[in-house]
Amino acid sequence: MRLELQKRAQVSTLFSILSPLLALALTLVVGGIMFWALGKSPTGALYTFFVEPLLDVWSLHELVIKAAPLILIAVGLAICYRSNNWNIGAEGQFTIGAITGSILPVLYPEWHSPMILPLMLVMGMIGGALYAGIPAFLKIRCNTNEILTSLMLVYIAQLFLDWLVRGPWRDPQGYNFPQTKSFQVEAVLPEVLDSGRAHMGIVFTLLAAVLLWFMMRFMLKGFQVSVLGQSARAGRFAGFSAKNMVWFSMLLSGALAGLAGISEVSGSIGHLQPTISPGYGFTAIIVAFLGRLNPLGIVASGFVLALTYLGGEAAQLSIGISDKVSRVFQGLILFFVLSCDTLIHYRIRLIFNPSAATAEAKN
Amino acid sequence: MFEAILLTVITASTPLVIAALGELVAERSGVLNLGVEGMMIMGAVSAFAAAQLTGSPYLGILAGIAGGALFSLLFGFLTLTLVANQVATGLALTILGLGLSGQLGESFVGMPGIKLQPIVIPLLSDIPFFGLVLFAQDLIFYLSVALVIGISWFLFKSRAGLKLRAIGDNHGSAHALGINVVRVRYLAVLFGGACAGLAGAQLSLVYTPQWVENMSAGRGWIALALVVFASWRPWRLLAGGYLFGAVTIGQLHAQAFGIGVPSQLLSALPYAATIVVLIIISHNRRMTLINTPASLGKPFVPDR
Repeated sequence: MRLELQKRAQVSTLFSILSPLLALALTLVVGGIMFWALGKSPTGALYTFFVEPLLDVWSLHELVIKAAPLILIAVGLAICYRSNNWNIGAEGQFTIGAITGSILPVLYPEWHSPMILPLMLVMGMIGGALYAGIPAFLKIRCNTNEILTSLMLVYIAQLFLDWLVRGPWRDPQGYNFPQTKSFQVEAVLPEVLDSGRAHMGIVFTLLAAVLLWFMMRFMLKGFQVSVLGQSARAGRFAGFSAKNMVWFSMLLSGALAGLAGISEVSGSIGHLQPTISPGYGFTAIIVAFLGRLNPLGIVASGFVLALTYLGGEAAQLSIGISDKVSRVFQGLILFFVLSCDTLIHYRIRLIFNPSAATAEAKN
Repeated sequence: MFEAILLTVITASTPLVIAALGELVAERSGVLNLGVEGMMIMGAVSAFAAAQLTGSPYLGILAGIAGGALFSLLFGFLTLTLVANQVATGLALTILGLGLSGQLGESFVGMPGIKLQPIVIPLLSDIPFFGLVLFAQDLIFYLSVALVIGISWFLFKSRAGLKLRAIGDNHGSAHALGINVVRVRYLAVLFGGACAGLAGAQLSLVYTPQWVENMSAGRGWIALALVVFASWRPWRLLAGGYLFGAVTIGQLHAQAFGIGVPSQLLSALPYAATIVVLIIISHNRRMTLINTPASLGKPFVPDR
């Protein structure tokens, strides 16, 4: 028996929509089998994992808090990946954005002005963009592979944050905890609703998603992204600059990751500490693919992936499975999404008798 | 003293060299597998688990190789059979590997490990200075040297190696010549996975004989950079691997001596060194173009 791919004459619209759903269904099946292998009831565990977190107001707020950075980072990454620039260092840009955005509240804790919050957000975006500018610059000037450089910069950014909060930025009254002073009230992102912790970060996120969707759909820049991504040669004939696209996509995704970083620190943590992200920058890569690199699709997939974080916590508390399960689910989702995407471009045929099939093809 | 440092450099370099060698073969066949980190950590956890359960570090090595190889099959199926995007699939492999190994290794956290004992080669190990460093090592070190020699011979002196390189340079022509592109690539990916698994086994049986989550700490990615650094040549890769090992150990010793530099800055050195090395190597655009396998990362669907 053999699998054979047959190129479709046209991209299948049906499977473009169906593929992420199919991938989720397959993830649930394999996840159920995994729970069963761990000696838990598959349906009960899946219920705890994927349904229970949606049932009370508190955890819905947590869902929004986790979805906001994922979506914000992922829409930026989608532009990168569409244009064939492989920024996988969003985690580092998130960290640097959080650091540069925190400069004002950490150094001027007595500054009580409404100006401080907008300034922080802008500085966070600039920090993230500059940090993403390093692999962009190296790619353009030195022909360096941006996958490796952006990833190495993640480790460096995390070590830099670690040094800051244990060294120069440590709160002297913090009982030796490695963290900065808590931000003043004016430097904390306000909550969206009175009912819980979800902060304004989700508003920036949805705004960014809609704007980028509009850009990809209706603006020349969006067209440039697609053309240069699909064929750099065709883009050159159209007079589009591949170099400018490297700058544009990397700086944009860096700025959005930086904004996500400072929003997370200001809105949900309230100070800097050695670890500020449960791997949002990497999970956002999955979000981007599950959303089929479409900003609106990414909004939906961001909530799905946020649910895997909450589900992991819930599963740990109520059925005693480690929260590492979330990472497994996230990996599985990406795998199935990538496999199902094949169906969009190819028809899959199972061939039971290879030699006969070849003869048939020749006739 | 100097001998001791040299010994630790070798221990730190061996996993980098082995993992990078496997990736080198895969990339020579035109497959870019960014999942080295994931395969490595799966190898590490399999090796540790098998050694704990059977009490034999040698069975641990075998389990590590098998763990890495099996895991790479997943990548092979997606990118070779289903022609999925290689970059994205490699990332998926890394994310899944880190999660799955954390899950599998949960019950082994904090357990004292079983260290792979060195094999002292009589007579040769009596050579002053170099004897103990080179000939009183563990099995995995000897394997790493054998792999460099073997792969170098295979790629440039054997017929099968020629075929593999031909596929990496132009899969269309190779297919037209009647070479089974997909089969050879599957084998290359499997070999890459086995090597990454062996490198992982070295981490959990020799380097730090215990299981710690995420213990590969970016070594898989450094191995990927090493392949570029070595411009896809095994002997240059060996040299590069030892350079990186020396940087890693150098910063550890500097931390131990407490030279007034923040420890985080020193810990960042191997990663910064990777970037610097990539810049130096990639700067010469023509050199890189000549050496890079021309169909690296490109999808292949046989037309019949």
